Amino acid sequence: MGLTNPATEKRGDEVTTVSSMSPNWVTTRLDFLTNWARANSLWPMPFGTACCAIEYMATAASRFDIARFGMERQSFSPRQADVLICAGRLPFKLAPVIRRIWDQMPQPKWSISMGACASTGGIFDNYSMVQGIDTIIPVDVYVPGCPPRPEGLMYGILLLQKKIKGETIADETLREERLVGPSGLFLPPERVDELSEPFGNSISQTRSS
Amino acid sequence: MTVPSHSVPALRSEFGSAIGRHFVSSDQTVVFIERDRSHDVLAWLKDVPGQEFNYLTDVTAVDYRDPERPLEVVYQLRSLGRREDLRVKVALDKRGPLELRSVYDLWHGADWLEREVYDMFGVTFVGHPDLRRILMWETYAEGYPLRKDFPLRGHFSRAEQTRQALAANPEAHYSLEELSIADEYAELPKDMQERLGRGERGFLK
Ligand code: SF4
Repeated sequence: MGLTNPATEKRGDEVTTVSSMSPNWVTTRLDFLTNWARANSLWPMPFGTACCAIEYMATAASRFDIARFGMERQSFSPRQADVLICAGRLPFKLAPVIRRIWDQMPQPKWSISMGACASTGGIFDNYSMVQGIDTIIPVDVYVPGCPPRPEGLMYGILLLQKKIKGETIADETLREERLVGPSGLFLPPERVDELSEPFGNSISQTRSS
Repeated sequence: MTVPSHSVPALRSEFGSAIGRHFVSSDQTVVFIERDRSHDVLAWLKDVPGQEFNYLTDVTAVDYRDPERPLEVVYQLRSLGRREDLRVKVALDKRGPLELRSVYDLWHGADWLEREVYDMFGVTFVGHPDLRRILMWETYAEGYPLRKDFPLRGHFSRAEQTRQALAANPEAHYSLEELSIADEYAELPKDMQERLGRGERGFLK
């Protein structure tokens, strides 16, 4: 996941065409330098909404210490942040808030969906909960678990760093802003329904129960 | 203890037929009262010496799966001086309008509690100064989630729910000004006024 060459990677629903600006020695060296810098100084914007945030705090505190990966500055202002970490379940009432925060973050930006709830709605397959934040904002890394242990989150961060190191400026679509469209949605409605489908234990519940 | 609270006979002698059945459950006296007299009864319970239920712990409601069974609005009262609790229930027929007098004028703490009951069960509290949704966002259109006839996943498709949620403009309804106590300054107790007046920014001066 996220480890394919971004120039040919399928992003979202559109297939990216290979850029006319082909990578050459200059761009790849430049990529190496910028990616090295970016990957090793990620400033996280913690969007902690529930129990996962407690585990996030543990990850940030001294024992696990994500400062080791260049994340020592918790950026509580989205305008100075690189990576949005959604730690916890997201109710529909917060959907416009996280969307606004994501839109406020300057490029380059990435996001990590931490925990079962942020990634899929988790056990909260009900009327009030967003069934996966990928229906609201693009997500780079999903960290499974309820809650994920700090090691899990750190593994997710390392995966994100790996993904960043594979990016190239030759890919013009990489830094495209993907805003909420005229339909009022970030993804096409069918895609939202598909992503929000119940799974696991909750498939035995019907819509009317 | 299975003896009902002494408030029950007192209520019966004062209000007669406006007081319905009562029972004791887990040491807690539960008494049903008429919808139309609910405000009078609660005001009496609050003010009359010997009752003095001066603290409203909670207002909530119960909906039962049986569609014939009425929806019950529950007032959990406490007398701080006498250290006694009383649970008062009002049954609302689900076929009629779900309406009830607000007790905001008796206990100001009822403000958000009644908003929550309105939000989750759709009970209208007549006389409430600001009856808006409180947990769901204000333009929420799917109904009242804690009613038993409300489907767990809501009425709309997930795409529609997401669209409506993203279209909500939280800033139009919730702002920092709303959280400000500046408007209420004149009503605050003296010592609090002093402390706030000396505050860092002194914005209340
Ligand atoms: S995934 Fe588990 S720990 Fe994380 S927010 Fe959901 S319920 Fe809480």
